[in-house]
Amino acid sequence: MMWRFPAIVLVAFAALPASAPPAAAERLIASLSNHRVMVTSNFTGDELVLFGAIERDAATQPHRGGYDIVATVTGPRQNLVTFRKARVLGIWVNVDSRVFENVPAYLAVLANRPLAQIANAETLRRLQVGLDNTVLNQRAAVTIADSARDDPFRVAFLKLTARQGLYREDPTGLTFLTPALYRASIPLPAQAPIGDYEVDVKLFADGALITRTPSAFEVYKAGIEQSVSAAARDHGILYGLATAMMALMTGWFASVVFRRD
Amino acid sequence: MQIYLPIADLPVNIFVILAMGFAVGFISGMFGIGGGFLMTPLLIFLGVTPAVAVASVTGHIAAASCSGAISYWRRRALDLALAFMLLGGGILGTAFGVWVFTTLRTIGQLDLTIGIAYVLLLSVVGALMVTESVRAIVRTRQGKPVELRRPGSHTWFHGLPFKLRFKRSRIYVSAIPVSAIGFIIGFVGAVMGIGGGFLLVPMLIYFLRVPTATVIGTSMVLTLVTMASATVMHAATNHLVDAVLALILMVGGVTGAQFGARAGQKISGEHLRLLLGLLVLAVGVRFAFELVLTPEDLYVIRPLESGA
Repeated sequence: MMWRFPAIVLVAFAALPASAPPAAAERLIASLSNHRVMVTSNFTGDELVLFGAIERDAATQPHRGGYDIVATVTGPRQNLVTFRKARVLGIWVNVDSRVFENVPAYLAVLANRPLAQIANAETLRRLQVGLDNTVLNQRAAVTIADSARDDPFRVAFLKLTARQGLYREDPTGLTFLTPALYRASIPLPAQAPIGDYEVDVKLFADGALITRTPSAFEVYKAGIEQSVSAAARDHGILYGLATAMMALMTGWFASVVFRRD
Repeated sequence: MQIYLPIADLPVNIFVILAMGFAVGFISGMFGIGGGFLMTPLLIFLGVTPAVAVASVTGHIAAASCSGAISYWRRRALDLALAFMLLGGGILGTAFGVWVFTTLRTIGQLDLTIGIAYVLLLSVVGALMVTESVRAIVRTRQGKPVELRRPGSHTWFHGLPFKLRFKRSRIYVSAIPVSAIGFIIGFVGAVMGIGGGFLLVPMLIYFLRVPTATVIGTSMVLTLVTMASATVMHAATNHLVDAVLALILMVGGVTGAQFGARAGQKISGEHLRLLLGLLVLAVGVRFAFELVLTPEDLYVIRPLESGA
């Protein structure tokens, strides 16, 4: 990892005007409104607020070009299959599929302005900032590799996840309240998967990454939702028997309540 | 009021589900069927994945047929011996159906298979029911006697061995076609999430010559046991039964069934069969359109099944 540090410094210096102060002078503070999101029977999605500030020590001059912040929220990793349909003998059939290995089930990229204006394409790609720059590994026959940007399965994958509200890239999702205070809301759709979510907040100035700070939250099922889904997963047979018994009881109860003879 | 379904992982309006259960229950009470062939497509339409819909509807049908079977039992209008014979095949068919369901799900062709099965089964059965009932209605209009059961006319399977006498239904048939019918119903029910009542009743009447007095009650006992065991098997193998969804459907369903049964008594048998035939046919055509029309999206995403 040692080789990386000089590289970042070099890039940073190359992008900065000669008079700029050292890059490490800013501190980025990030906090979430809630670190545990509970999924209960009335869960219809939620919204978390990410807020924080940029702190400068007294010696540091503010950047003339101003600051940019990109927050990336990454949900639990999953293996997802994308099927492609084609017409076979007049009807639509799943003919082809790709497995996306270990990809986030939720991914939100929130920034204060379009990513292209924040940093150049090379920097964004290297830091994996933005949906287009996120590595989505595809399983081929034996190897696993990142999918090509124009791969139709990848394009379809991003489109479908965006429609479900699971993947999003919002260039206005993060706002500066003052030059040093920022706020972003992280929308969680009702379909947001259960698990651990990582939040990575990156501070850019003049096209270069200055610092980053992590945070995290957890989405978990609680109450009856938790017990039902845990029972279904861990005690399939018992759960099935209980459901069947419930059906018989409901049927019996109805026949008693509505008895006509 | 929104409620989050724990297995379907989806928020739904509890009153929409209750109303759906009630409406389907009304129809099922009216025609003496489980109503799964209507409920499963409705759930899929709401956004529940076909796999969860099929697995959860089995619980709902078990409840509906349980309340039906009890009221037929009180009237002594069911043939337990015949039901047990059908069940032997039914349980085997259900187990085989759940296995096929799991396999199709692993290879990603479950949705398609459910679609094709609906189209074929519903359009064929629907068309048969419509033509048969129209003929019956025309015959009654012309003043000819209704001729459902022709005593003495034997088909080939009356020559099969292992003959058994079913006293309450007053029939004497081989055990082979009885178990085979049970197997088919169990299989179809597990794969498609339907109780198969709308298939079983005509099969019992036309093939086994079971009198109308005992046919619906007997069919309900079979549906009850195959669907209750399908619930257990789906829960044990696929972990897809949503008990919360099933419970809401059941409550709506058993209530609706009571009102449906009263409404059904006011309509003559032929007209009832014609209505049911049209309904079955309509659902089949609806599925056919879905298969043939160009889908909005050529791609779908599914979680990878473990073990695949």
